[in-house]
Amino acid sequence: MPAVQETVDQVLAIDVDQYKYGFETAIESDLAPKGLDESTVRFISAKKNEPEWLLEWRLDAFRRWQTMEEPTWARVDYPKIDFQDLYYYAAPKGTAGPKSLDEVDPELLRTYEKLGIPLREQEVLAGVQGARIAVDAVFDSVSVVTTFRDELKKAGVIFCSISEAVREHPELVRKYLGSVVPVTDNFYATLNSAVFSDGSFVYVPPGVRCPMELSTYFRINEKNTGQFERTLIIADRGAYVSYLEGCTAPQRDENQLHAAVVELVALEDAEIKYSTVQNWYPGDRDGKGGIYNFVTKRGDCREARAKISWTQVETGSAITWKYPSCILRGDESQGEFYSIAISNGYQQVDSGTKMIHLGKNTSSRIISKGISAGRSNNTYRGLVSINRKATNARNFTNCDSLLIGHDCGAHTVPYIETRNATATVEHEATTSKISEDQLFYCVSRGLSSEEAVALIVNGFVRDVLQQLPMEFAVEAQKLIGISLEGSVG
Amino acid sequence: MPESAVMTAEPRILRTQAEKDLLDLWRRKPERADSAAIATLRDAAIARFDKAGLPHRRVEEYKYTDLRALLKTVPPLAGRADVEAARAAAGPAAEGEVRLVFVDGHFEPALSGALPKGVTVESLANLLPHGHTLGDRLGLSATAMQDPLVGLNTAFMRDGVVIRVAARTKVAERIAIEHVATGAHAAFLRHAVAVEDLAEVTIVERYRGPADAASHVNEVVELTIGDGATVHWVKLQTEGLAAAHFSTLVVDLSEKAELDHFALGAGAAVARAQVFARFSGEHATLSTRAATLLEGRRHADATLVVDHAVPHGTSRELYRAVIDGEAKSVFQGKIVVRQHAQKTDGKMASNAVLLTDAAEAMNKPELEIFADDVVCGHGATAGELDERLKFYLMSRGIPAAEAETLLIMAFLGEAVDTIADEALRDQVTAEIEAWLERRAAAKAA
Repeated sequence: MPAVQETVDQVLAIDVDQYKYGFETAIESDLAPKGLDESTVRFISAKKNEPEWLLEWRLDAFRRWQTMEEPTWARVDYPKIDFQDLYYYAAPKGTAGPKSLDEVDPELLRTYEKLGIPLREQEVLAGVQGARIAVDAVFDSVSVVTTFRDELKKAGVIFCSISEAVREHPELVRKYLGSVVPVTDNFYATLNSAVFSDGSFVYVPPGVRCPMELSTYFRINEKNTGQFERTLIIADRGAYVSYLEGCTAPQRDENQLHAAVVELVALEDAEIKYSTVQNWYPGDRDGKGGIYNFVTKRGDCREARAKISWTQVETGSAITWKYPSCILRGDESQGEFYSIAISNGYQQVDSGTKMIHLGKNTSSRIISKGISAGRSNNTYRGLVSINRKATNARNFTNCDSLLIGHDCGAHTVPYIETRNATATVEHEATTSKISEDQLFYCVSRGLSSEEAVALIVNGFVRDVLQQLPMEFAVEAQKLIGISLEGSVG
Repeated sequence: MPESAVMTAEPRILRTQAEKDLLDLWRRKPERADSAAIATLRDAAIARFDKAGLPHRRVEEYKYTDLRALLKTVPPLAGRADVEAARAAAGPAAEGEVRLVFVDGHFEPALSGALPKGVTVESLANLLPHGHTLGDRLGLSATAMQDPLVGLNTAFMRDGVVIRVAARTKVAERIAIEHVATGAHAAFLRHAVAVEDLAEVTIVERYRGPADAASHVNEVVELTIGDGATVHWVKLQTEGLAAAHFSTLVVDLSEKAELDHFALGAGAAVARAQVFARFSGEHATLSTRAATLLEGRRHADATLVVDHAVPHGTSRELYRAVIDGEAKSVFQGKIVVRQHAQKTDGKMASNAVLLTDAAEAMNKPELEIFADDVVCGHGATAGELDERLKFYLMSRGIPAAEAETLLIMAFLGEAVDTIADEALRDQVTAEIEAWLERRAAAKAA
């Protein structure tokens, strides 16, 4: 894109819409009745023609959920959620099981067009060379389309919606579903287990390097819906997969709930790279509306030399409560967590990671960059646990926070538990503001103060941006600029 | 009992032995001649304890120090020892020190030296029936008052000293607050220290006891430091290996005030040393360091909350722990910077060396920041002694055990070397050396 055009676009973005994904698509939906009881769970299961074992699994989760209490330890503050005032299932009408793109509601396709998701392969191919990404698009509760399936099939990679996987590959789903995040893990994960509607499923067979990036786009559209997607990714021995996740939602006054569960399983010598650009609607200037993002993400390096890497760019949501974790079970397995969390307006972020070292010679690396602006609060909360048997475990943690403005907060709450003497654990954290010298220099060179802030912030988060796949890195960089609009001056 | 009855039974709180002991202690009501204000404070504190019990792992601040599990019993209070027995227990005073001696929780004015000019000391036991002098010094910090251990102290406090250092007084002698336990007794000490504007003083606290007695100490010090005043504070806790030691230092720093604090923790089966510091005047400085030595199955917790409530505060924290055997060290440090506390400069470091495979180190360094123009950071490490350094020393002909000792001394040295008072620095070093010698002897045997 020519530089001039890009500048024009940026200026337009500042003037017109603070949240550029805030449109709503008028699509007829199939809604489950409002509220949650056993019949809701049965309704969802029946809608998806699920086998008996899965219904039982859901019901078990639902019964356990009823005995659980909402967690309150995070540094977030919000009115109590009325779980009976939500729709737990919303599917675009008439598109149940589309065979091809032609069967998909054109309105829906236009939505994705607006979002800039390359649903049609030819569009992708017409775009940047080599930018080939297979996309699974999830609209409210249901996966609507998955691209590039044939090519993936040739490589032996299974990439489909989880409901489809339940039908086509029940043995895999049964083996791995809930094996990383157990049904009773926490309040929101248990709720998700009871009512999850859809999500993506990936299985990469032994020795296969997935030929392209896999991607899912989530969008909440319907009013008062909760989105409860469930993602399950399995990299068999020696396999490699890189997976991207993007999220948006329309601008609404009320809060919408998003409680997802993501489970990753990496077997011997396998590697999973999971990247997220989370841009749910953060609420308006006065903190009204926005998504509650209560997500459980966990990866299990189940066998030797497995590697799981989480990269996240969190700019959206009114409230984020999310701790992508790695269980380093296999000897010499590795976990990584790279995070950029930006909060502006009245956003509240409580995010971080857990690195559980169980195997010998395991290593983990945490790089977290938190940026708070406006009246937001941004908390890094992380656990590094070195188990008694984790001989020679290594961890390095770096948490940096940047504050922009007088009314925001940046907090760091690390827990570091060492139970083995041969372990080496290092943790450092700093909090600072953008230096006046840097700002002055940029402005003296003709940048506006807003551009200068975006530039400096991009430098601050560079370590993490470098971890993102190329296409995402560009998107994330722009998103950072947009998120910080109005934070200076 | 039919099954349904079990299912619908009201959950009843099961009290631990230590909780029962404490409630018994309260019920037995030793002679207390409190003022109405003090009595109200006590009643509220015990009511809170009755409801919540001892703090356990589900209480965030006690996540790693579960007192329901760690504290087995609480011994009874001791009667007053006769002066000669107390004198024998206390031993001679060190040179250049004015001593304030406590034996099993009782202040012994007869054993205490003549006070320097500008310093006044009153016994808390004498003040409790009146409460007026104390009233404005108790409950300095809301954070501290909510703490369960401070709550227990408030409920049971019997004695202590109220020290006042008059404005502009530079006290040449050290003031030593010494507590000696003679057996398995509980002592609840509450001290209030006010160092007025531009004064300067060095205070040393020593806690000792017999090697095997399960003594129990819960002490709270409320320290206010006036404008431009300087306090050097050194604490040596070398109680017996069956003891329980809980201490809380609540400090309030006025403008340009300075606290230079060091704590050695080398004794007690279960120990928790808390520091709650609050900056209420600008340009104040807090420096706190600690050296913790642990062996066997001991458990030591260092908890710190630094509250920067005003701009231009500086805080430096350095906590070092050496952990042997199956011992467990806990460090929880929290720096809070409030919204208007611009130009705060806070740095916190916590380092642990694990000498065995079974040793454990728990670290929770927290930052809670609401002001944008600040520089704050923390660092935390845990690991074993550097094998390469040890190898180097051994290659130069130093035996393995000695090489380890040297490396441990060097590791703790960074915290110890900053003690301003030379005599106190030597004492702390001597205690560390004694610990290392015991360790070497145990290893040889």
